[in-house]
Amino acid sequence: MRYLPNTDADRKEMLAAIGVDSVDDLFATIPEKVRLGRPLELPGALSEMELVGHMRRLAAENVSLDECVSFLGAGVYDHYIPAAVDHMLTRGEFYTAYTPYQPEVSQGTLQAIFEFQTLVTQLTGMDVANASMYDGSTAMAEAALMAGRVKRKGERVLISEAVHPEYRTVVGTYIHSLGWTMDVVPAVDGATDVSALREALDDDVVAVLVQNPNFFGVVESMEELADLSGDMGKAQLIVACDPISLAVLKPPGQYGADIVVGEGQPLGNPMSYGGPYLGFFASTQKNIRAMPGRVIGQTTDVDGTRGYVMTLQTREQHIRRERATSNICTNEALNALAATVYLSLMGQEGLREVAEHTTQKAHYAARAIADLDGYGLRFDRPFFKEFAVQCPRPAREIVAALLEDGIMAGVDLGRFDDSLEDVLLVAVTEKRSKEEIDRLVAGLEGSA
Amino acid sequence: MTREGEGRKLQVKEPLIFELSSPGRRGVRLGPLDVPEEPMDALLPAEALREEEIGILGVAEVDVVRHFVKLSQMNHGVDTGFYPLGSCTMKYNPKVNEDVSRLPGFAHLHPYQPDHTVQGALQLLHETEKYLCEIAGMERATLQPAAGAHGELAGIMLIRAYHEDRGEDRDVIIVPDSAHGTNPATAAMAGYRTVEVPSDERGCVDIEALRAIVDENVAGLMLTNPNTLGVFDESILEIAEIIHGVGGLLYYDGANANAILGYSRPGDMGFDIVHFNLHKTFGTPHGGGGPGSGPIAVVPELVPYLPAPLVECNDDGYHLCWDIPKSIGQVRAFTGNFGVVLKAYAYIRSHGPDGLKAVSGDAVLNANYLMEALKAHYYLPFDRTCMHEFVLSGRWQKREHGVATVDIAKALLDYDIHPPTVYFPLIVEEALMIEPTETESRETLDAFIDAMIQIAEDAAEDPERLHEAPMHTPVRRLDESGAARSPVVCWQPVDEADASDA
Repeated sequence: MRYLPNTDADRKEMLAAIGVDSVDDLFATIPEKVRLGRPLELPGALSEMELVGHMRRLAAENVSLDECVSFLGAGVYDHYIPAAVDHMLTRGEFYTAYTPYQPEVSQGTLQAIFEFQTLVTQLTGMDVANASMYDGSTAMAEAALMAGRVKRKGERVLISEAVHPEYRTVVGTYIHSLGWTMDVVPAVDGATDVSALREALDDDVVAVLVQNPNFFGVVESMEELADLSGDMGKAQLIVACDPISLAVLKPPGQYGADIVVGEGQPLGNPMSYGGPYLGFFASTQKNIRAMPGRVIGQTTDVDGTRGYVMTLQTREQHIRRERATSNICTNEALNALAATVYLSLMGQEGLREVAEHTTQKAHYAARAIADLDGYGLRFDRPFFKEFAVQCPRPAREIVAALLEDGIMAGVDLGRFDDSLEDVLLVAVTEKRSKEEIDRLVAGLEGSA
Repeated sequence: MTREGEGRKLQVKEPLIFELSSPGRRGVRLGPLDVPEEPMDALLPAEALREEEIGILGVAEVDVVRHFVKLSQMNHGVDTGFYPLGSCTMKYNPKVNEDVSRLPGFAHLHPYQPDHTVQGALQLLHETEKYLCEIAGMERATLQPAAGAHGELAGIMLIRAYHEDRGEDRDVIIVPDSAHGTNPATAAMAGYRTVEVPSDERGCVDIEALRAIVDENVAGLMLTNPNTLGVFDESILEIAEIIHGVGGLLYYDGANANAILGYSRPGDMGFDIVHFNLHKTFGTPHGGGGPGSGPIAVVPELVPYLPAPLVECNDDGYHLCWDIPKSIGQVRAFTGNFGVVLKAYAYIRSHGPDGLKAVSGDAVLNANYLMEALKAHYYLPFDRTCMHEFVLSGRWQKREHGVATVDIAKALLDYDIHPPTVYFPLIVEEALMIEPTETESRETLDAFIDAMIQIAEDAAEDPERLHEAPMHTPVRRLDESGAARSPVVCWQPVDEADASDA
């Protein structure tokens, strides 16, 4: 049997040592009534060779983005992943370890996560960060719950309509359990209506949630957000952002964010049809004990050597049980390691280069598309790497037409909102060449 | 015997990556920009642009690689040695599953690709759902939760949705006193009050105590079976009857499912919701603390509340169905940790029905073999046949020699063995929770037995040696209370002016 080292001879001797006749005897404590009296109905075992063949055939049923030119984004981005990243992730010492409960033999994971936390604070302009959340959407939902712990009073959150629709659903799903309500504040011309947010504020609001750049790619007005945060009292301003954008955009710590979260996938993690990714989560020093999730801290050992441990564990479920700040246990450590290796390889200069090339290419594409007959930019707003295109016909038809030429033209926003069925969300990263962008533009022109 | 770790552990001291970085160095460079370049402040408002540096200056690729290789060498993983961490199922992670997960046809798929361009991925998700339902004895499953605790949260949300839909307002979730910490934490996060039910002298749910606390306020009970003592609760059908009798639902914490594959199914035990930890039971790697995956499978009555999307199949092939009117919503963006699910799929396909049953058979055999060999040397509070794990107590060593369980755990590190889960479950004094898994050979188990016996002897003869352990790890015992008192959670550059003052 695959992966089982015991031989029948081993089993026989081990059973004798235990004093029973058969392996099945060890299951005698399971009452007859709840035993499965038949084999599981599953396909028969495959050899390794057969499995590889089978998996290759399944993979071939998919159109990999390597086989086409992709302008898909909406929270998941096709940035270049340097080869060294995966070589580090495939170190068995990293990926076959678990949560660093025994720090003396987990310094590799602990130090890497400490580095990750540092990188997150540097990118976001915040004081402290945790070891990762499941993804950007759950990081945002946990941030809303944390706001409740910080403010202590209130059962309402305000969320911008320009936040990713799936993130809004996740936040709504999480807070519903606590009996809280979520009000969606409208976006005007693709940007959050900050004055409407201000008007909706009252004592019952624990958190205001925005995304920047927002779901439509628009860079929100940081001045207005900073002004708003000044009026919020103890309610927390939660900003979700794209980590790559932070190489060129002002960090949210500078415009009043209390909690900064986001999807870390663009930092060295493959798109992998939706996961695994990692959420990053950063906040202010005074909020540190209200944070969810694992936090790694620096300390020394008995010989005075610098080392790292899981710290502030009295916030966590295994100690605090029903009074824990979150139930999170397993997080996304290996994805956080990928982000750490990625940022180490890039350095700030490299990350800035990625962000600048991305910005330049996105704007080149937007200018060309805006010049096409029948097309236009839906919003007249500053954007980073993603923009909404007003199309002459339903975006899903355009997506289908360009797919014939091997181009994934973007995300049809009609899938989220019927009133946006003529809108295509186009994302451009540093990976897209001028020639590929020109092909997109020509394709759009041909499908007008 | 000798302490195998002695004198051969790498003593690595590795600076932080920030301490290795210097201006002008780069690991990776992009090619020249091939579109006309505009000034950045012509593309974005000047006031939106970042002015200050980020922090990490730059490191050459070779030094980045050496840095992370050195860090990896400071880790203990399943690939480096025995890892009997109870309730975590640290089994061997098949290498071929790593390889197939990296095929571009899986790794380079975007979650918003049109369904007809991801038929292979959807088929894989659909089949994995079917397999998990068959293994659990359930109707449908969602693969969206990203970890076990995340599955728990989704599951308790389903319980809430079920009661709300029936117009009932219940506010209690019952958990046993032996439960994983995530259970009560989950219940609280989902807006419930937890009520604890004690264990009886056999380590199972105290049936009379349970009867005494149930009423119409009970929304559900969370239970793992076998429980955290490694004991199968024989009264499970009675427990189910009691909870169902007051209109509550039963949640199965699948952390211990490695014990029952093909032998028994939570659905047949009366459970209504099951989560599996794919990173435990189905051999996907633990990643140093994730990514995991925590699918939940449910009985027909709960299907209407599952999170969206579900994968459906019709004559046109597979598609994502987002239209689930009574759904709780979503617990995560997109379809879940696809890259983890696919390794679990590969694991199930590699084993087949007989292979999975053999997995549980050997997991239980290995645990009983260890328990039998160690119970003369360590106190065994529940002396009965165990399932995939068992719990010893260090109380003899503590009371007679002043050697605590933490000392025993640290001593194991010098043998290149990862210690068991310690001080859990909370109902056992000085607990050592041991789960060998099925992928360990008898020789490995014997070496662990020898080490544990040697440590028990050292506890009697040379307790000081154990208080000092570990001696041969990259760092020795760390000051955890100091770390929590004044937390340093990120690196700060040393201010050169301060440094020269010092």
